Amino acid sequence: MSGHPTYQPQSAFMRWMERRLPIGGLIYSSFVVYPTPRNLNYWWTFGGILAFMLGVQIVTGVVLAMHYTPQVDFAFDSVERIMRDVNYGWLLRYLHATGASMFFLAAYIHMFRGMYYGSYKDPREVLWILGVILLLLMIITGFMGYVLPWGQMSFWAATVITNLFSAIPLVGEPIVTWLWGGYAVGNPTLNRFYSLHYLLPFVIVGVVVLHIWALHVAGQNNPTGVEPKSEEDTVAFTPYATIKDSFLLAVFCILFAWFVFYIPNFLLAPDNYIPANPAVTPTHIVPEWYYLPFYAILRAIPNKLFGVMALGASILILAFLPWLDTSKVRSARYRPLYRQFFWVFVIVCVGLGWLGGKPPEGNYVLIARIFTVYYFAFFLVILPVLGKVERTKPLPNSISESVLREGKPIGAQAPPPAGAKV
Amino acid sequence: MAAARTILALAVSLAAPALAQEQETPAPPMNKWSFAGPFGKYDRAQLQRGLKVYREVCQVCHGLKLVAFRTLADPGGPGFTIAQATAIAAEYQVKGEPDDQGEVKDRPGRLADVFPTPFPNDQAARARYNAVPPDLSVIAKARGYERGFPRWVGDIFTQYQEQGVDYLTALLHGYRDSPPAGVTLPPGNFYNEYFPGHAIAMPPPLTDKRVDYTDGAPMTVEQYAKDISAFLMWTAEPHLEARKRVGMQVFIFLIVLAGLLYFTKKKVWHEVELHPEKLKPRPPSEYPRA
Amino acid sequence: MTTMSSAEPTRRDFLYIATASVAAFGAAATLVPLIAQMNPDASTIAAGAPIEVDLTPIADGQVIKVFWRGKPIYVNHRTKKQIEEAQNVDVAKLPDPQPDSARVKPGHDQWQVLIGICTHLGCIPIAHQGPYDGYFCPCHGSVYDTSGRIRQGPAPLNLALPPYEFLSDTKIRIG
Repeated sequence: MSGHPTYQPQSAFMRWMERRLPIGGLIYSSFVVYPTPRNLNYWWTFGGILAFMLGVQIVTGVVLAMHYTPQVDFAFDSVERIMRDVNYGWLLRYLHATGASMFFLAAYIHMFRGMYYGSYKDPREVLWILGVILLLLMIITGFMGYVLPWGQMSFWAATVITNLFSAIPLVGEPIVTWLWGGYAVGNPTLNRFYSLHYLLPFVIVGVVVLHIWALHVAGQNNPTGVEPKSEEDTVAFTPYATIKDSFLLAVFCILFAWFVFYIPNFLLAPDNYIPANPAVTPTHIVPEWYYLPFYAILRAIPNKLFGVMALGASILILAFLPWLDTSKVRSARYRPLYRQFFWVFVIVCVGLGWLGGKPPEGNYVLIARIFTVYYFAFFLVILPVLGKVERTKPLPNSISESVLREGKPIGAQAPPPAGAKV
Repeated sequence: MAAARTILALAVSLAAPALAQEQETPAPPMNKWSFAGPFGKYDRAQLQRGLKVYREVCQVCHGLKLVAFRTLADPGGPGFTIAQATAIAAEYQVKGEPDDQGEVKDRPGRLADVFPTPFPNDQAARARYNAVPPDLSVIAKARGYERGFPRWVGDIFTQYQEQGVDYLTALLHGYRDSPPAGVTLPPGNFYNEYFPGHAIAMPPPLTDKRVDYTDGAPMTVEQYAKDISAFLMWTAEPHLEARKRVGMQVFIFLIVLAGLLYFTKKKVWHEVELHPEKLKPRPPSEYPRA
Repeated sequence: MTTMSSAEPTRRDFLYIATASVAAFGAAATLVPLIAQMNPDASTIAAGAPIEVDLTPIADGQVIKVFWRGKPIYVNHRTKKQIEEAQNVDVAKLPDPQPDSARVKPGHDQWQVLIGICTHLGCIPIAHQGPYDGYFCPCHGSVYDTSGRIRQGPAPLNLALPPYEFLSDTKIRIG
């Protein structure tokens, strides 16, 4: 037996179906026998966790939409009615609100994993860019969802974020008015945000399909960054990857449940339990934690237009990562210098997140500026230069060699020279 | 990692003075609450006392427009019987439905009604008190205080979710007869140690012995403050007990499931680790069995 | 390849079955809140509490419509003639045989209280219309008599009666 075994329909119905719509064969080849590198670690399970969280958000969201009223006079009370009167409404709403945080948490881990192991490099550039598009869609969807309860934070988040567009010269103001559908954030704004908040998750589903398609064309990267060369290097997706994903998913759900059932308001701002009041801005206006790094970058720059541009650039720059990183070696395991800079980058991102929640004054601004400079320098200076000057460690011949014998070469083979390709 | 550590140390040293300048309003003292923690439950007697404080003190100015009388008899609440809740509802006058002449008259409250609001609109409240007393339905979740690093990290593990009630309790006995030297209050305002900015428009609402307790609980401002805060926690989070109960079930389930999945994963991967040569992708029907 | 089709379950099989069962239980339990949320919520149930109707303003021969649980309830103050017509019917020949006495409260023959929803497909029949001076459904032409019994047309059953009781001679409580 060699290569992928092909799908053999077991029942008469599936045989009939397979000649008309080969969905059984598609699932079989994509999610059963699909070869995955055998050395994937637990950081690789977050793709599956993200798919699960998307499902959770869509299911709970569709259900919440059955009880929510997108009208400025009733929105806040309708959310409270969900919390009080709807059967299990409190559970569904806390799942959805906390789920957004868990979704972003998983997405950020997924992205850092991709960056550590160089998963964006040839031939996975499109796969990575689709991921950046997904992040952008998640950010927009999450923001619009945050507006719907129509609390103080909802209202002022909507006002502040839409006002970012007013930084655009000449057409800024008309664009903001167009976004609002009025002369201030109001009922038309709430209605359109509700409509789009319902639509965008399904756009995300569509892009996720493309993302998985691209993944299955290029194949998964792995901790060594060396492409699988023989069947020994891979295992079948089912049961190996499925069971590993399931285990970490269950562990992730424990974390999720901890927040939902015991500290559901830990991640929610108290101010959002105050109904929206266009006359009073909350004293500490802070976005959700998952936007804080970008918010810190926005505030680090004293000029309105350049601040907004830096905010946009901080996300868009990710799309250019495959070309900014000039190194031929994928995995940070074999890039000692890159590994240092990578961990500094992680600390900078977390630090920016922390600074985004602090008032923009004194040393906070100074640190935020230093971190912002590093954020962009990492992409624009460090990565291009590092690829040229870094001395990488020798790559293993194959995945099997690196994993099975714990780094010792199989048989009597001598260690290959640095960067050797077989 | 050395570089990472250096950066971290630098950031912390720069941030330290910034952290120090954050202390203005003292943090409210943390109380012991029966509803805190994973097995938390409301103290029924405390909620009933809290309702009494609300009805005899707070409701002159503050509404509870999201709270229906029927919920007073709901499980996980103050534990009134349906008859008691009906009687409480009937003591209120609520706006009725248009009659045959099209007139809207007040009628006694019913279980399905909510606590009536004291003012028809914000303008009426402002005209009377020069401020709008907030509705108290979700106030225990709408207030809080900055926990600061690293305490907020610890809160994840200790499940501290009582910032709101602790703040309300502190606020209610945080009044001082006169502001400290050098502080002038706007006219009609009172000095409160825990209110952000210290100048609060609400006069000190509680005095010792103001509300008669019949269950032997001390009739002190401190006890009143705790009881009304606990009651407002319930109005803000009426399904707290159900949430924690379901949470424990889900938790036990997930731990069992994760454990089983872990051992299943070990079994499945066991073969891979022992017999690498058998690792070709192949249909599950051909997997060897023990 | 050691493909064994052993009949006896092994310890490994037991582990797989246990894991799959627990996971399946979790998936099923997840459905509970998703299904339960569609049922009437607590405020809807509370709003469906019984209502009281004062009968004094209803004149002889007049029909009033009140709402209970979102349903129109007809309260018909029947005339002597209507009562006689309703009582002098050959019950056996009706599509849904029911004597008039079973459709009113004893001693309150003049008060006919029924749910004004056609038993065909849920339209609202119009009172005092049709050949029997009862109710006529404009949607598909079902005709009911003064007792609300189906006489002609596609409806299969008599108009339903809501639960109600007389608190006094002039006051009823529906629900």
